[in-house]
Amino acid sequence: MNATLRTGMLATTLAVAMAGVGYASVPLYRMFCQVTGFGGTTQRAIGQSAPGAVSGKTMSVRFDTNHSASLPWTFQPEVKREIVKVGDQEIAFFTAKNLSDKPVTGTATFNVTPNQAGKYFTKIQCFCFTKQTLKPGQQVRMPVVFYVDPAILKDPAANDVEEITLSYTFYPVDEAKNQS
Amino acid sequence: MGFFARWFMSTNHKDIGTLYLIFAILAGVIGGAISGLMRAELAQPGIQYLTTWAAMVEGQGASIDQAYHLWNVLITAHGLIMVFFMVMPAIIGGFGNWFIPIMIGAPDMAFPRMNNVSFWLLVPSFILLLGSAFVPGGTGLGAGTGWTVYAPLSTYGSQGPAVDMAIFSLHLAGASSIMGAINFITTIFNMRAPGMTLHKMPLFAWSVLVTAFLLLLALPVLAAAITMLLTDRNFGTTFFDPAGGGDPVLYQHLFWFFGHPEVYIMILPGFGIVSQIISTFSKKPIFGYLGMAYAMVAIGVVGFIVWAHHMFTTGLDVNTKMYFTAATMVIAVPTGIKIFSWIATMWGGSIRFTVPMVWALGFIFMFTVGGVTGVVLANGGVDNYMHDTYYVVAHFHYVLSLGAVFSLFAGFTYWFAKMSGRHLNEFLGHLHFWMFFIGVNVLFFPMHFLGLQGMPRRYPDYPDAFGYWNHIASIGYMIMASSMIVFFVNVAYAFIAGRKAEGNYWGEGATTLEWTLSSPPPFHQFETLPKID
Repeated sequence: MNATLRTGMLATTLAVAMAGVGYASVPLYRMFCQVTGFGGTTQRAIGQSAPGAVSGKTMSVRFDTNHSASLPWTFQPEVKREIVKVGDQEIAFFTAKNLSDKPVTGTATFNVTPNQAGKYFTKIQCFCFTKQTLKPGQQVRMPVVFYVDPAILKDPAANDVEEITLSYTFYPVDEAKNQS
Repeated sequence: MGFFARWFMSTNHKDIGTLYLIFAILAGVIGGAISGLMRAELAQPGIQYLTTWAAMVEGQGASIDQAYHLWNVLITAHGLIMVFFMVMPAIIGGFGNWFIPIMIGAPDMAFPRMNNVSFWLLVPSFILLLGSAFVPGGTGLGAGTGWTVYAPLSTYGSQGPAVDMAIFSLHLAGASSIMGAINFITTIFNMRAPGMTLHKMPLFAWSVLVTAFLLLLALPVLAAAITMLLTDRNFGTTFFDPAGGGDPVLYQHLFWFFGHPEVYIMILPGFGIVSQIISTFSKKPIFGYLGMAYAMVAIGVVGFIVWAHHMFTTGLDVNTKMYFTAATMVIAVPTGIKIFSWIATMWGGSIRFTVPMVWALGFIFMFTVGGVTGVVLANGGVDNYMHDTYYVVAHFHYVLSLGAVFSLFAGFTYWFAKMSGRHLNEFLGHLHFWMFFIGVNVLFFPMHFLGLQGMPRRYPDYPDAFGYWNHIASIGYMIMASSMIVFFVNVAYAFIAGRKAEGNYWGEGATTLEWTLSSPPPFHQFETLPKID
């Protein structure tokens, strides 16, 4: 291969590689958000237990619920606001009801505000980890088990946080749209 | 060789360069006319013409929402046309094709047939974009997504084929530019004349080399992002749809990872052209040649790690904003090196105020104004207030519409006689410059005030309080538009009655290789390669 062709091939490879980087950014972005809590992405600690209240500090946690207009459900927290001890394991309940006459499957997306609290808001168990199918007219109580990691008190970017809002949005699961 | 074979099947870098320049001028007239429509509507508060135009496009009884959609279509078309079909084809395809091979002492580009494909891909691409204005795009006809094509407006927010056509148009334009970039890189690395080391290359060649790398690294990411838009729109994927676990903000990250280097793609070749001109008309080699070359490399590198400064209002945390603010401001350092080196080149030089020189000086002034407002906008905190206001519009028009476009006119008047063999009229050239200079400043400077007062971008209407400066801006547009008549008269004059140009018509000071050839250069140059010592 002569030098001209080689340079041309190298440049082409570079362009193709960058298109690959574009696609690779989709999983990389998700991993980045999960690791850093970027954009208020919460942490998961399935099957583990909370460290327990160590500091005696309390924090207010608000629950915000939304659902897509195309999902015929009601979806509400049982209490709108809770005062929790930092580090203590807490449980909150949400109720959802299927208003339609067909079984409907939904799945919830979630994050917390302010964004810098995402790294410290840890869920041990959540209805949002799996899809929920409700029969016609069925009403369910759904739990979230969580704690606020005491490490938040040592983070200069987050230790002035006094209230965390946990927000859920339920979307219908269209079986045709299974890419995630 | 017949007309068809010469122009449609051309593999000659000079002919392809000419085709690119003609294409860019045509696209520029269309894109410029669209901005004229927008300035006409914005000249007074209230809706003047938009509903009438909507009735012309959509038929009688077009709703006000369809009229607003038409506004979005105009904005989208103006942005995409000026970026992809005017500035890039002119500055890279036109001047790059014409002068890179000559400046490095090569007979032609490395892959002449691919060069032909690059140009001819742009034509269907442009037709697709223009054609998208006549098919449904959601609320009305045409793609009204803005040049950024943000999801979800561009996914489930715009039903109909218009946005698909616009996306496909971008694919083709991107493929064209990527092939052009591969061609330039290969040409510059492999086809330099004996003795033409990289560190002896003219700065224009350096600028196109850096630009080609930016294109190669940035455009495929855009291609990936808009392909994901396309599959989200048509094939049920949810890359940017939270309902399926996607994130619309990811699209913004991908877009601006391309979009920020893109603004340097548009301006770096302009830096190169201005460097040649300042050196020629100061009769001095450029001050700090190596610093100038590596400043462009630095701008290119840093340009890839500042993209989120376009996204300060998407909810980035303070540390992220701090990083992107600081990184953005760092770009002012190599840019400052360039500005001061141009000034140092002129210092003590024997300056001739020819038409290309005044355009180059105008470029330095305009680009500096746009650079200063850029440093203002780089502040994450300040940008919370300025985001999506006319201050941003003023900023990017000062660096692009006035920076890149001034460098285009500088290059055009510098090389026109070299390309055509005929001189432009000096008086008409100066008249065009001064009318354009005054026009664009009257047009864009008031936008700083409007932006500071909080006038948002992308609306056809505004409160009465913004009326005064909007009216003045529209007058500026008319001055600028009439200057373009002078420009076209001048070009026509040159072809009809222009003086014949000798080989090196700028005389002492014009030292690059194109000045060793006749004007216009022979169809094939450098059959024996020049030696550079």
